[in-house]
Amino acid sequence: MTNHWVDIRNANLILSMGGNSAEAHPVGFRWVTEAIEHNKAKLICIDPRYTRTCAVADYKAFIRTGTDITFLGGLIHYLITTNQIQREYVLHYTDASLLVREDYGFEDGIFTGYNPDKKAYDDKSSWMYELGDDGYAVRDMSLQHPRCVYQLMREHYSRYDIDTVSSICGMPREHIEHIWSEIGKMAVPHQTMTILYALGWTQHSIGSQIIRTAAMVQLLLGNMGMPGGGVNALRGHSNIQGLTDLGLLSQLLPGYMTLANASEQDYSAYIKKRAKQPILEGEVSYWKNYEKFHVSLMKSWFGDAATQENNWCFDWLPKLSRPLYDVLDTFERMHKGEINGYFCQGFNPLASFPNRQKVTEGLSRLKYLVVMDPLNTETSEFWKNYGEYNDVDSSQIQTEVIRLPTTCFAEDDGSIVNSARWLQWHWAAAPGPGEARPDTRIMGELFIRLRDLYRQEGGAFPDPILNLDWDYDIPEAPSSEELAQEYNGRALVDLTDDNGNVTRRAGELLSGFSEMTADGRTASGCWIFSGAWTQDGNQMARRDNSDPYGTGNTLGWAWAWPANRRVLYNRASADTQGRPWGREKAFVWWSSEQGRWVGADIPDFPVTSDPARGQGPFIMQPEGVGHFFAGQSMVDGPFPEHYEPFESPIDNNPLHPNNPLAKNNPAGRIYEEDRKALGTREEFPHAATTYRLTEHFHFWTKHARLNAVVQPEQFVEISHQLADEIGVAAGDWVRVSSNRGFIKAVAVVTKRMQPLRIGDRDVHHVGIPIHWGFTGVAKKGYLINALTPVVGDANTQTPEYKSFIVKVEKA
Amino acid sequence: MTVNVTRRQFFKLGAAGVASSSMAMMGFAPESAEASVRQFKLTHARETRNNCTYCSVGCGILIYSHGDGSKNVRQEIFHIEGDPDHPVSRGSLCPKGSGLLDFVRSETRLEYPQVRAPGSSEWKRVSWDEALDRIARHIKKDRDANFVERDETGRTVNHWTTSGFLAASGASNEAGYITHKVVRNLGMVAFDNQARV
Repeated sequence: MTNHWVDIRNANLILSMGGNSAEAHPVGFRWVTEAIEHNKAKLICIDPRYTRTCAVADYKAFIRTGTDITFLGGLIHYLITTNQIQREYVLHYTDASLLVREDYGFEDGIFTGYNPDKKAYDDKSSWMYELGDDGYAVRDMSLQHPRCVYQLMREHYSRYDIDTVSSICGMPREHIEHIWSEIGKMAVPHQTMTILYALGWTQHSIGSQIIRTAAMVQLLLGNMGMPGGGVNALRGHSNIQGLTDLGLLSQLLPGYMTLANASEQDYSAYIKKRAKQPILEGEVSYWKNYEKFHVSLMKSWFGDAATQENNWCFDWLPKLSRPLYDVLDTFERMHKGEINGYFCQGFNPLASFPNRQKVTEGLSRLKYLVVMDPLNTETSEFWKNYGEYNDVDSSQIQTEVIRLPTTCFAEDDGSIVNSARWLQWHWAAAPGPGEARPDTRIMGELFIRLRDLYRQEGGAFPDPILNLDWDYDIPEAPSSEELAQEYNGRALVDLTDDNGNVTRRAGELLSGFSEMTADGRTASGCWIFSGAWTQDGNQMARRDNSDPYGTGNTLGWAWAWPANRRVLYNRASADTQGRPWGREKAFVWWSSEQGRWVGADIPDFPVTSDPARGQGPFIMQPEGVGHFFAGQSMVDGPFPEHYEPFESPIDNNPLHPNNPLAKNNPAGRIYEEDRKALGTREEFPHAATTYRLTEHFHFWTKHARLNAVVQPEQFVEISHQLADEIGVAAGDWVRVSSNRGFIKAVAVVTKRMQPLRIGDRDVHHVGIPIHWGFTGVAKKGYLINALTPVVGDANTQTPEYKSFIVKVEKA
Repeated sequence: MTVNVTRRQFFKLGAAGVASSSMAMMGFAPESAEASVRQFKLTHARETRNNCTYCSVGCGILIYSHGDGSKNVRQEIFHIEGDPDHPVSRGSLCPKGSGLLDFVRSETRLEYPQVRAPGSSEWKRVSWDEALDRIARHIKKDRDANFVERDETGRTVNHWTTSGFLAASGASNEAGYITHKVVRNLGMVAFDNQARV
């Protein structure tokens, strides 16, 4: 979330799209109802189904799954043509005025630089601003130049007129008109819309670009950095934010730093590429400090072994020989027998990954599988026959499986990061059952064993193992306190200011990332978490819930990254002279008396930077402004474009009917074998989407009796019309099949699903809740990922679970 | 008098405890058995602050357990409720969070390390030492055989691609941090968490 849960109450309009927070985040959703009741806010809900969020919405509309960019792109077109934009914000806080290179282009669904053989944009050089002789981007503050971002955006979305949107999304014109006009009202400076989304936007082959379209709408309306504004990802797991922040992804290091590619052999070039310098004169461009964060990480990991002479152990870090080793890549290689070992720590890929048959075959080709989990997961028993629910022959599966019992949240100390970036500390209430151990101890014990083995026997490249800094009181079981202090960071020698005064004693904890240096004097395992545990103690354990400004910002409760800031980009909540855009929206402003930024939040800005200097509010960007034009940061285009899901219920992309290359995301992630496993709409005529229920959490709560009792049996939702068509009554068993597998479930026949008019035909949707499986205490059911296709978002590789095609028939 | 005592009223009664018990001695006894105040079930509980483990709203919870923390006492969780001080959840929990106790005490919680041998249809219980030794040996064998120091063009890559790791986004930051520290420095790159799905 750019903003936070309580801040939703400051919104004047709430757009819930790509999520169903009333069902999936019910307690967070209370801040939506708070805004409705006490801030006279209106709620808009757009979804393929009539959801619990829709049930309390002021305006609701059905949309065909996977067509959100069309709806939002049409909205951009509408806001521009009706001039409902926050003009001063757009002019000064976005890249609207910057010119794009002359060779940039877009033709019939394809941007410049596409290589059809590689199915990728392998030359993105034209996706860049035009730079002047001084090296800075060229601007046209009149926004009239045909190649300025504003004009290019206007032109790009001119194709998204209301009839096109209606036809692609299956949404009647009058619904669209009404919703757009409500959103347009938020262009005034003192009103804000917030956008709430979840997996309904991420789990598409165009997921990242859907979210970018939302960000563009918010920039046009001047809603980024504003209280009650922002683009808010409502994340799924309790610490999925934290694990992402800590970089547990194939290409990342902690704090959104990145591993080097194999081509990046030179340390200074690696740093230079990431330490972004300003593209507009005088901008902050905070990533220019990259080396300070990187060196501090290396000191945290390798201690004295990391020196200037060895480039802080740059060569010890693994380098990437292919762009990504994400899970789709890994399971593709596993399926080919190229992976020998796999670890699942609190993760149930047999249930969670697409095309369950492919996953089973992959796991069966491993030599060893290690599962660490509090629960008996399906993955840990993938080799065991559970009849129709897991029809395998154990004797044919040669994988050795080792299963380790772990403690759960109630049995360990530590912090988790919620969707609002708050690090909240918790305490163990009891030991785990039986011999269960915390993950920290399991990793500690494993590491010590490995280090001993490498000490005794030698082996492949032992240096990073033998030199890994491991100064914990009990080496086999590092404590959460020690680890939290390690990621916060400390001074390794006395730190001094320009006058030679000591500002931080050796050994003391850092107060934040601004103390870090690039010369090895500081260590920190995750720069963005620096400030979480300082000399003043554990900031994550703070419990002061006071709200002195009445904005809902409780700066004394827990600790938020970065720097305890609660609303990102909050400098943009004030105008160019540093004054709040409106009295109701006063949040952070410039105090000329004090010569600093003050207000209800920690300013997301150099605190003494006078507005007269004109530095832009988006300090992580080299231009200091928000991006309508993504430049080279996305792999599938600088402007979002609608492409059909890889399994679509229609024949072509209505925006590019004659270009088969542009039917689906031209840079979407799919392997040849998986492409062959896609179905056709003739055979599988029904659009399917997966979702969650309020009584259940993924595949966990079928292990909890209360939840199993209140929502006991697997079902799918279909409309009355579809039920009539296939001769099914409510309560009948149906078989739902895709080109990859099938499930059986009880049919819930409901008005909550409606056929949508797409072009000249009706498209039926099928709603498929995900929560059942063959282990746990609930009634056994089918893993629904038997149905889903192995197709990934072009940027994040997130599978397209929300849009695929199936056939529903009476079982 | 039939007394329906809410939790808040109970604390008030408790404060006036001496006075009310004196009243009983003087003959103001309750009329019937149901008039007595039920023993407050959390009286001897230890209260521990925590957060819900499910979605990322991060609701505050209070976990109540029996046991006073003595060496020979095994703390046992018997009740979980919302934390009224929490600025987001203000004491409420959703249908998922309301079932947390049944997750903690689920009969399908794992209790012992186990191994399933190739081709077998059964688990076999093993000791922690045996399980961890086996894993360490698997790691070393695969890593030593397949670690790549230089690629075919001679560039330093120092990676190990033949084993992979999925990390838990229900686990703490501290678990995540040490997992990253260990896994990455074995040279592993096929490393992801739920954020990818």
